[in-house]
Amino acid sequence: MPDTEKRSDGWALYEVFIRARSGLDHKHVGSVHATDARMALEHARDVYTRRQEGVSIWVVCSSDILASDPAEADALFEPARDKVYRHPTFYDIPDEVKTL
Amino acid sequence: MYTQGLDAAGREPSPPDAASDAERAARFQARIDAEEKIEPKDWMPDAYRRTLVRQISQHAHSEIVGMLPEGNWITRAPSLLRKTILMAKVQDEGGHGAYLYAAAETLGVSREELVDQLLDGRAKYSSIFNYPTLTWADIGAIGWLVDGAAIMNQIPLCRCSYGPYARAMVRICKEESFHQRQGFEIMLRLARGTDDQRRMAQDALDRWWWPSLMMFGPSDTDSTHSAQSMRWKIKRFSNDELRQKFVDFTVPQADFLGLKVPDPELAWDAASEHYRFGAIDWQEFEAVLKGHGPCNRERMAAKRQAHEEGRWVREAAVVHAAKRAAAARAAA
Repeated sequence: MPDTEKRSDGWALYEVFIRARSGLDHKHVGSVHATDARMALEHARDVYTRRQEGVSIWVVCSSDILASDPAEADALFEPARDKVYRHPTFYDIPDEVKTL
Repeated sequence: MYTQGLDAAGREPSPPDAASDAERAARFQARIDAEEKIEPKDWMPDAYRRTLVRQISQHAHSEIVGMLPEGNWITRAPSLLRKTILMAKVQDEGGHGAYLYAAAETLGVSREELVDQLLDGRAKYSSIFNYPTLTWADIGAIGWLVDGAAIMNQIPLCRCSYGPYARAMVRICKEESFHQRQGFEIMLRLARGTDDQRRMAQDALDRWWWPSLMMFGPSDTDSTHSAQSMRWKIKRFSNDELRQKFVDFTVPQADFLGLKVPDPELAWDAASEHYRFGAIDWQEFEAVLKGHGPCNRERMAAKRQAHEEGRWVREAAVVHAAKRAAAARAAA
Protein backbone atom coordinates (compact mmCIF):
# COMPACT_ATOMS: atom_id res chain seq x y z
CA MET A 1 0.00 0.00 0.00
CA PRO A 2 1.48 3.35 -0.97
CA ASP A 3 2.01 5.82 1.87
CA THR A 4 2.32 9.43 0.86
CA GLU A 5 3.97 12.26 2.72
CA LYS A 6 5.70 10.56 5.64
CA ARG A 7 7.63 12.79 7.97
CA SER A 8 11.40 12.61 8.01
CA ASP A 9 11.25 10.24 10.99
CA GLY A 10 9.17 7.76 8.95
CA TRP A 11 5.89 8.32 10.79
CA ALA A 12 2.71 9.85 9.39
CA LEU A 13 -0.63 11.07 10.74
CA TYR A 14 -3.69 9.13 9.59
CA GLU A 15 -7.34 10.12 9.95
CA VAL A 16 -9.55 7.29 11.15
CA PHE A 17 -13.08 6.50 9.97
CA ILE A 18 -15.15 3.76 11.60
CA ARG A 19 -18.33 2.03 10.42
CA ALA A 20 -20.13 1.16 13.65
CA ARG A 21 -22.50 -1.42 12.14
CA SER A 22 -23.28 -2.58 8.65
CA GLY A 23 -25.84 -0.22 7.19
CA LEU A 24 -24.11 2.86 8.61
CA ASP A 25 -21.54 5.17 7.01
CA HIS A 26 -17.92 5.34 8.08
CA LYS A 27 -17.66 8.25 10.51
CA HIS A 28 -14.56 10.29 11.34
CA VAL A 29 -13.47 9.57 14.92
CA GLY A 30 -9.97 11.01 15.22
CA SER A 31 -6.42 10.27 14.17
CA VAL A 32 -3.45 7.98 14.86
CA HIS A 33 0.27 8.11 14.16
CA ALA A 34 1.76 5.13 12.33
CA THR A 35 4.62 4.04 10.07
CA ASP A 36 2.34 2.55 7.43
CA ALA A 37 -1.29 1.84 6.65
CA ARG A 38 -1.32 -1.58 8.29
CA MET A 39 0.01 -0.21 11.57
CA ALA A 40 -2.49 2.65 11.29
CA LEU A 41 -5.35 0.13 11.01
CA GLU A 42 -4.11 -1.81 14.05
CA HIS A 43 -3.62 1.35 16.11
CA ALA A 44 -7.04 2.57 15.07
CA ARG A 45 -8.50 -0.74 16.22
CA ASP A 46 -6.71 -0.46 19.58
CA VAL A 47 -7.57 3.19 20.18
CA TYR A 48 -11.07 3.50 18.71
CA THR A 49 -12.75 0.09 18.96
CA ARG A 50 -12.02 -1.28 22.42
CA ARG A 51 -15.73 -1.78 23.02
CA GLN A 52 -16.75 -3.22 19.68
CA GLU A 53 -17.54 0.21 18.31
CA GLY A 54 -16.72 -0.81 14.75
CA VAL A 55 -17.05 -3.46 12.05
CA SER A 56 -14.88 -1.65 9.53
CA ILE A 57 -12.02 0.86 9.69
CA TRP A 58 -10.71 3.24 7.02
CA VAL A 59 -7.45 5.10 7.54
CA VAL A 60 -6.36 7.92 5.26
CA CYS A 61 -3.13 9.89 5.41
CA SER A 62 -4.14 13.29 6.78
CA SER A 63 -2.17 14.94 4.01
CA ASP A 64 -4.39 13.19 1.44
CA ILE A 65 -7.55 14.80 2.74
CA LEU A 66 -8.64 17.74 0.62
CA ALA A 67 -11.09 20.01 2.36
CA SER A 68 -13.18 23.03 1.57
CA ASP A 69 -12.00 26.24 3.23
CA PRO A 70 -14.35 27.42 6.00
CA ALA A 71 -13.45 31.01 5.16
CA GLU A 72 -14.97 30.44 1.72
CA ALA A 73 -18.00 28.50 2.96
CA ASP A 74 -20.44 31.34 2.24
CA ALA A 75 -19.43 31.62 -1.39
CA LEU A 76 -19.11 27.85 -1.90
CA PHE A 77 -22.57 27.02 -0.57
CA GLU A 78 -24.33 30.12 -1.87
CA PRO A 79 -25.95 28.49 -4.94
CA ALA A 80 -28.30 26.39 -2.77
CA ARG A 81 -29.41 29.32 -0.63
CA ASP A 82 -32.11 30.68 -2.93
CA LYS A 83 -33.37 27.40 -4.37
CA VAL A 84 -36.15 26.90 -1.87
CA TYR A 85 -38.14 25.03 -4.55
CA ARG A 86 -35.84 22.03 -3.93
CA HIS A 87 -37.71 21.46 -0.66
CA PRO A 88 -41.03 19.55 -0.56
CA THR A 89 -42.59 22.20 1.72
CA PHE A 90 -42.45 24.75 -1.13
CA TYR A 91 -45.31 22.95 -2.87
CA ASP A 92 -48.88 23.64 -1.81
CA ILE A 93 -50.86 20.44 -2.31
CA PRO A 94 -54.57 20.43 -1.32
CA ASP A 95 -55.33 18.38 1.80
CA GLU A 96 -57.80 16.16 -0.09
CA VAL A 97 -54.92 14.63 -2.03
CA LYS A 98 -53.58 11.77 0.07
CA THR A 99 -50.22 10.01 -0.04
CA LEU A 100 -48.34 12.86 -1.75
CA MET B 1 -6.66 16.40 11.78
CA TYR B 2 -5.55 18.56 8.86
CA THR B 3 -2.41 19.34 10.88
CA GLN B 4 -0.28 19.79 7.79
CA GLY B 5 -2.84 22.14 6.27
CA LEU B 6 -2.94 24.28 9.38
CA ASP B 7 0.67 24.82 10.33
CA ALA B 8 2.50 24.34 7.03
CA ALA B 9 0.30 26.54 4.83
CA GLY B 10 -0.63 28.88 7.69
CA ARG B 11 -2.47 31.12 5.34
CA GLU B 12 -5.39 33.48 5.95
CA PRO B 13 -7.37 34.48 2.86
CA SER B 14 -6.57 38.18 3.45
CA PRO B 15 -3.58 39.80 5.19
CA PRO B 16 -4.27 40.41 8.90
CA ASP B 17 -5.00 44.00 9.88
CA ALA B 18 -6.41 45.46 13.10
CA ALA B 19 -9.89 46.37 11.79
CA SER B 20 -10.72 43.05 10.18
CA ASP B 21 -9.22 41.13 13.14
CA ALA B 22 -11.60 42.92 15.51
CA GLU B 23 -14.44 42.13 13.10
CA ARG B 24 -13.42 38.48 12.96
CA ALA B 25 -13.16 38.34 16.75
CA ALA B 26 -16.66 39.78 17.08
CA ARG B 27 -18.07 37.28 14.59
CA PHE B 28 -16.24 34.47 16.40
CA GLN B 29 -17.76 35.51 19.74
CA ALA B 30 -21.21 35.68 18.11
CA ARG B 31 -20.79 32.07 16.92
CA ILE B 32 -19.79 31.01 20.44
CA ASP B 33 -22.75 32.86 21.95
CA ALA B 34 -25.07 31.09 19.50
CA GLU B 35 -23.70 27.71 20.76
CA GLU B 36 -22.07 26.96 17.40
CA LYS B 37 -19.13 24.59 17.47
CA ILE B 38 -15.73 25.78 16.30
CA GLU B 39 -13.99 23.26 14.01
CA PRO B 40 -10.29 22.90 13.19
CA LYS B 41 -9.95 25.13 10.13
CA ASP B 42 -12.32 27.84 11.35
CA TRP B 43 -10.82 31.23 12.15
CA MET B 44 -10.21 31.60 15.87
CA PRO B 45 -8.39 34.13 18.08
CA ASP B 46 -4.78 33.13 18.79
CA ALA B 47 -5.56 33.17 22.50
CA TYR B 48 -8.44 30.71 22.03
CA ARG B 49 -6.16 28.37 20.08
CA ARG B 50 -3.38 28.72 22.67
CA THR B 51 -5.58 28.11 25.69
CA LEU B 52 -7.10 25.04 24.06
CA VAL B 53 -3.71 23.60 23.10
CA ARG B 54 -2.62 24.09 26.70
CA GLN B 55 -5.78 22.64 28.23
CA ILE B 56 -6.24 19.69 25.87
CA SER B 57 -2.58 18.67 25.90
CA GLN B 58 -2.39 18.89 29.71
CA HIS B 59 -5.53 16.78 29.86
CA ALA B 60 -3.81 14.25 27.56
CA HIS B 61 -0.63 14.28 29.66
CA SER B 62 -2.76 13.64 32.76
CA GLU B 63 -4.27 10.52 31.21
CA ILE B 64 -0.85 9.18 30.25
CA VAL B 65 0.82 9.93 33.59
CA GLY B 66 -2.33 8.59 35.28
CA MET B 67 -1.48 5.13 33.91
CA LEU B 68 1.48 4.99 36.31
CA PRO B 69 -0.08 4.95 39.82
CA GLU B 70 -2.54 2.27 38.76
CA GLY B 71 -0.03 0.38 36.64
CA ASN B 72 1.87 -0.02 39.90
CA TRP B 73 -0.68 -2.60 41.11
CA ILE B 74 -1.24 -4.69 37.97
CA THR B 75 1.25 -7.36 39.08
CA ARG B 76 -0.24 -7.44 42.58
CA ALA B 77 -3.98 -7.41 41.92
CA PRO B 78 -5.70 -9.89 44.27
CA SER B 79 -7.28 -12.03 41.53
CA LEU B 80 -6.86 -12.77 37.83
CA LEU B 81 -10.16 -11.07 37.03
CA ARG B 82 -9.16 -7.93 38.93
CA LYS B 83 -5.81 -7.96 37.13
CA THR B 84 -7.47 -8.07 33.72
CA ILE B 85 -9.93 -5.36 34.76
CA LEU B 86 -7.12 -3.10 35.97
CA MET B 87 -5.20 -3.69 32.75
CA ALA B 88 -8.32 -2.73 30.77
CA LYS B 89 -8.69 0.46 32.81
CA VAL B 90 -5.03 1.45 32.34
CA GLN B 91 -5.34 0.67 28.64
CA ASP B 92 -8.38 2.97 28.51
CA GLU B 93 -6.34 5.78 30.08
CA GLY B 94 -3.74 5.34 27.36
CA GLY B 95 -6.53 5.47 24.80
CA HIS B 96 -7.95 8.62 26.37
CA GLY B 97 -4.54 10.24 26.10
CA ALA B 98 -4.51 9.26 22.42
CA TYR B 99 -7.97 10.80 21.77
CA LEU B 100 -6.87 14.01 23.46
CA TYR B 101 -3.51 14.31 21.68
CA ALA B 102 -5.41 13.79 18.41
CA ALA B 103 -7.80 16.62 19.36
CA ALA B 104 -4.91 18.91 20.34
CA GLU B 105 -3.15 18.19 17.04
CA THR B 106 -6.11 19.63 15.11
CA LEU B 107 -5.05 23.03 16.47
CA GLY B 108 -1.76 23.00 14.60
CA VAL B 109 0.66 21.48 17.10
CA SER B 110 2.46 18.17 16.66
CA ARG B 111 2.37 15.15 18.97
CA GLU B 112 6.16 15.36 19.19
CA GLU B 113 6.09 18.95 20.49
CA LEU B 114 3.49 18.03 23.10
CA VAL B 115 5.42 14.98 24.32
CA ASP B 116 8.60 17.09 24.51
CA GLN B 117 6.76 19.63 26.66
CA LEU B 118 5.71 16.90 29.06
CA LEU B 119 9.12 15.26 29.26
CA ASP B 120 11.08 18.45 29.84
CA GLY B 121 8.68 19.66 32.50
CA ARG B 122 7.22 22.65 30.64
CA ALA B 123 3.74 21.15 30.57
CA LYS B 124 1.64 20.39 33.61
CA TYR B 125 -0.53 17.37 34.32
CA SER B 126 -3.20 16.88 36.96
CA SER B 127 -1.76 17.19 40.48
CA ILE B 128 -3.60 14.05 41.61
CA PHE B 129 -1.20 11.73 39.83
CA ASN B 130 1.69 12.85 41.98
CA TYR B 131 0.38 10.80 44.91
CA PRO B 132 1.50 7.20 45.56
CA THR B 133 -0.65 4.06 45.46
CA LEU B 134 0.31 2.37 48.70
CA THR B 135 -2.27 -0.43 48.93
CA TRP B 136 -4.78 -2.30 46.76
CA ALA B 137 -7.50 -0.13 48.37
CA ASP B 138 -5.87 2.88 46.68
CA ILE B 139 -6.92 1.38 43.36
CA GLY B 140 -10.51 1.37 44.64
CA ALA B 141 -10.21 4.93 45.95
CA ILE B 142 -8.76 6.17 42.66
CA GLY B 143 -11.57 4.65 40.59
CA TRP B 144 -14.24 5.91 42.98
CA LEU B 145 -12.91 9.39 43.81
CA VAL B 146 -10.39 10.40 41.15
CA ASP B 147 -12.38 9.07 38.20
CA GLY B 148 -15.52 10.36 39.92
CA ALA B 149 -14.06 13.86 40.08
CA ALA B 150 -12.87 13.55 36.49
CA ILE B 151 -16.39 12.61 35.35
CA MET B 152 -17.79 15.69 37.11
CA ASN B 153 -15.34 17.83 35.15
CA GLN B 154 -15.64 16.01 31.87
CA ILE B 155 -19.40 15.84 31.38
CA PRO B 156 -19.74 19.62 30.89
CA LEU B 157 -16.71 19.49 28.56
CA CYS B 158 -18.80 17.33 26.18
CA ARG B 159 -20.49 20.64 25.34
CA CYS B 160 -17.37 22.76 25.03
CA SER B 161 -17.23 25.08 22.04
CA TYR B 162 -14.34 23.35 20.27
CA GLY B 163 -15.74 20.41 18.23
CA PRO B 164 -12.85 17.91 18.37
CA TYR B 165 -12.40 18.38 22.15
CA ALA B 166 -16.15 18.02 22.79
CA ARG B 167 -16.33 14.86 20.68
CA ALA B 168 -13.28 13.34 22.39
CA MET B 169 -14.93 14.05 25.74
CA VAL B 170 -18.12 12.21 24.72
CA ARG B 171 -16.04 9.15 23.91
CA ILE B 172 -14.09 9.46 27.15
CA CYS B 173 -17.18 9.89 29.35
CA LYS B 174 -18.70 6.68 27.98
CA GLU B 175 -15.63 4.77 29.13
CA GLU B 176 -15.08 6.66 32.38
CA SER B 177 -18.17 5.31 34.12
CA PHE B 178 -16.74 1.74 34.04
CA HIS B 179 -13.70 3.19 35.79
CA GLN B 180 -15.69 4.71 38.60
CA ARG B 181 -17.88 1.64 39.08
CA GLN B 182 -14.91 -0.73 39.23
CA GLY B 183 -13.32 1.49 41.88
CA PHE B 184 -16.46 1.72 43.97
CA GLU B 185 -16.95 -2.04 43.74
CA ILE B 186 -13.44 -2.60 45.12
CA MET B 187 -14.18 -0.24 48.03
CA LEU B 188 -17.49 -2.02 48.66
CA ARG B 189 -15.86 -5.44 48.90
CA LEU B 190 -13.16 -4.17 51.22
CA ALA B 191 -15.59 -2.19 53.38
CA ARG B 192 -17.69 -5.34 53.82
CA GLY B 193 -14.68 -7.58 54.37
CA THR B 194 -12.39 -8.31 57.31
CA ASP B 195 -11.37 -5.67 59.86
CA ASP B 196 -8.02 -5.34 58.09
CA GLN B 197 -9.71 -4.81 54.73
CA ARG B 198 -12.08 -2.20 56.19
CA ARG B 199 -9.13 -0.38 57.77
CA MET B 200 -7.27 -0.46 54.45
CA ALA B 201 -10.29 1.02 52.66
CA GLN B 202 -10.65 3.77 55.30
CA ASP B 203 -6.93 4.55 55.08
CA ALA B 204 -7.16 4.92 51.28
CA LEU B 205 -10.16 7.27 51.63
CA ASP B 206 -8.22 9.28 54.24
CA ARG B 207 -5.33 9.79 51.81
CA TRP B 208 -7.25 10.37 48.56
CA TRP B 209 -10.17 12.56 49.70
CA TRP B 210 -8.50 15.97 49.88
CA PRO B 211 -6.28 15.53 46.78
CA SER B 212 -9.46 14.59 44.87
CA LEU B 213 -11.14 17.83 45.95
CA MET B 214 -8.04 19.69 44.74
CA MET B 215 -8.54 18.20 41.26
CA PHE B 216 -11.20 20.83 40.62
CA GLY B 217 -8.54 23.51 40.76
CA PRO B 218 -8.20 26.70 42.77
CA SER B 219 -11.17 28.44 44.32
CA ASP B 220 -13.05 30.60 41.77
CA THR B 221 -11.62 33.82 43.19
CA ASP B 222 -8.07 32.55 42.58
CA SER B 223 -8.58 31.00 39.17
CA THR B 224 -6.88 33.09 36.46
CA HIS B 225 -8.01 31.39 33.24
CA SER B 226 -11.63 30.83 34.24
CA ALA B 227 -13.41 34.01 33.15
CA GLN B 228 -12.16 33.97 29.57
CA SER B 229 -12.68 30.20 29.32
CA MET B 230 -16.29 30.68 30.38
CA ARG B 231 -16.82 33.47 27.82
CA TRP B 232 -15.49 31.17 25.12
CA LYS B 233 -17.65 28.30 26.43
CA ILE B 234 -14.66 26.04 26.96
CA LYS B 235 -15.52 25.93 30.63
CA ARG B 236 -19.20 25.66 31.52
CA PHE B 237 -19.19 25.55 35.33
CA SER B 238 -16.87 27.11 37.89
CA ASN B 239 -14.34 25.11 39.91
CA ASP B 240 -16.25 25.63 43.13
CA GLU B 241 -19.60 24.62 41.58
CA LEU B 242 -18.14 21.33 40.31
CA ARG B 243 -16.34 20.67 43.57
CA GLN B 244 -19.56 21.21 45.55
CA LYS B 245 -21.45 18.86 43.25
CA PHE B 246 -18.76 16.20 43.70
CA VAL B 247 -18.97 16.45 47.49
CA ASP B 248 -22.78 16.32 47.42
CA PHE B 249 -22.74 13.17 45.24
CA THR B 250 -19.88 11.38 47.00
CA VAL B 251 -20.57 11.79 50.73
CA PRO B 252 -23.72 9.61 50.57
CA GLN B 253 -21.63 7.00 48.75
CA ALA B 254 -19.08 7.05 51.60
CA ASP B 255 -21.96 6.74 54.07
CA PHE B 256 -23.20 3.70 52.18
CA LEU B 257 -19.73 2.15 52.39
CA GLY B 258 -19.71 2.79 56.14
CA LEU B 259 -16.51 4.82 55.74
CA LYS B 260 -15.80 8.23 57.24
CA VAL B 261 -14.80 11.19 55.07
CA PRO B 262 -11.68 12.70 56.73
CA ASP B 263 -13.21 16.13 57.32
CA PRO B 264 -14.38 17.06 60.83
CA GLU B 265 -16.21 20.09 59.41
CA LEU B 266 -18.26 18.08 56.92
CA ALA B 267 -21.97 18.60 57.61
CA TRP B 268 -25.24 18.63 55.70
CA ASP B 269 -26.70 22.12 55.51
CA ALA B 270 -30.48 21.74 55.19
CA ALA B 271 -30.99 25.40 54.27
CA SER B 272 -28.82 25.31 51.14
CA GLU B 273 -29.27 21.56 50.53
CA HIS B 274 -25.53 21.11 50.17
CA TYR B 275 -22.77 19.62 52.28
CA ARG B 276 -20.58 22.23 53.97
CA PHE B 277 -16.99 21.09 54.04
CA GLY B 278 -13.69 22.18 55.57
CA ALA B 279 -10.93 24.34 54.10
CA ILE B 280 -8.63 22.84 51.48
CA ASP B 281 -4.90 23.07 52.14
CA TRP B 282 -3.98 25.19 49.12
CA GLN B 283 -0.34 25.22 50.17
CA GLU B 284 -0.21 21.48 49.55
CA PHE B 285 -1.84 22.00 46.13
CA GLU B 286 0.68 24.71 45.20
CA ALA B 287 3.59 22.60 46.40
CA VAL B 288 2.49 19.59 44.37
CA LEU B 289 1.99 21.75 41.26
CA LYS B 290 5.49 23.15 41.69
CA GLY B 291 6.97 19.67 41.72
CA HIS B 292 7.20 18.97 45.45
CA GLY B 293 4.48 16.34 45.72
CA PRO B 294 5.30 12.79 46.89
CA CYS B 295 5.78 11.36 43.40
CA ASN B 296 6.47 14.18 40.95
CA ARG B 297 10.09 13.21 40.38
CA GLU B 298 9.22 9.53 40.16
CA ARG B 299 6.47 10.15 37.58
CA MET B 300 8.68 12.28 35.36
CA ALA B 301 11.58 9.85 35.65
CA ALA B 302 9.29 6.99 34.65
CA LYS B 303 8.04 8.88 31.57
CA ARG B 304 11.52 9.90 30.47
CA GLN B 305 12.81 6.37 30.94
CA ALA B 306 9.87 4.92 28.99
CA HIS B 307 10.52 7.38 26.16
CA GLU B 308 14.24 6.58 26.04
CA GLU B 309 13.83 2.83 26.38
CA GLY B 310 11.09 2.82 23.77
CA ARG B 311 13.22 4.58 21.16
CA TRP B 312 14.34 1.29 19.61
CA VAL B 313 10.69 0.26 19.15
CA ARG B 314 9.84 3.48 17.31
CA GLU B 315 12.92 3.10 15.11
CA ALA B 316 12.32 -0.60 14.47
CA ALA B 317 8.75 0.15 13.44
CA VAL B 318 10.01 2.44 10.68
CA VAL B 319 12.49 -0.14 9.41
CA HIS B 320 9.82 -2.84 9.54
CA ALA B 321 7.43 -0.71 7.51
CA ALA B 322 10.13 -0.11 4.91
CA LYS B 323 10.81 -3.86 4.70
CA ARG B 324 7.08 -4.57 4.31
CA ALA B 325 6.81 -1.99 1.53
CA ALA B 326 9.85 -3.38 -0.27
CA ALA B 327 8.48 -6.92 -0.06
CA ALA B 328 5.12 -5.73 -1.41
CA ARG B 329 6.83 -3.96 -4.33
CA ALA B 330 8.93 -7.06 -5.08
CA ALA B 331 5.85 -9.26 -5.09
CA ALA B 332 3.92 -6.88 -7.37
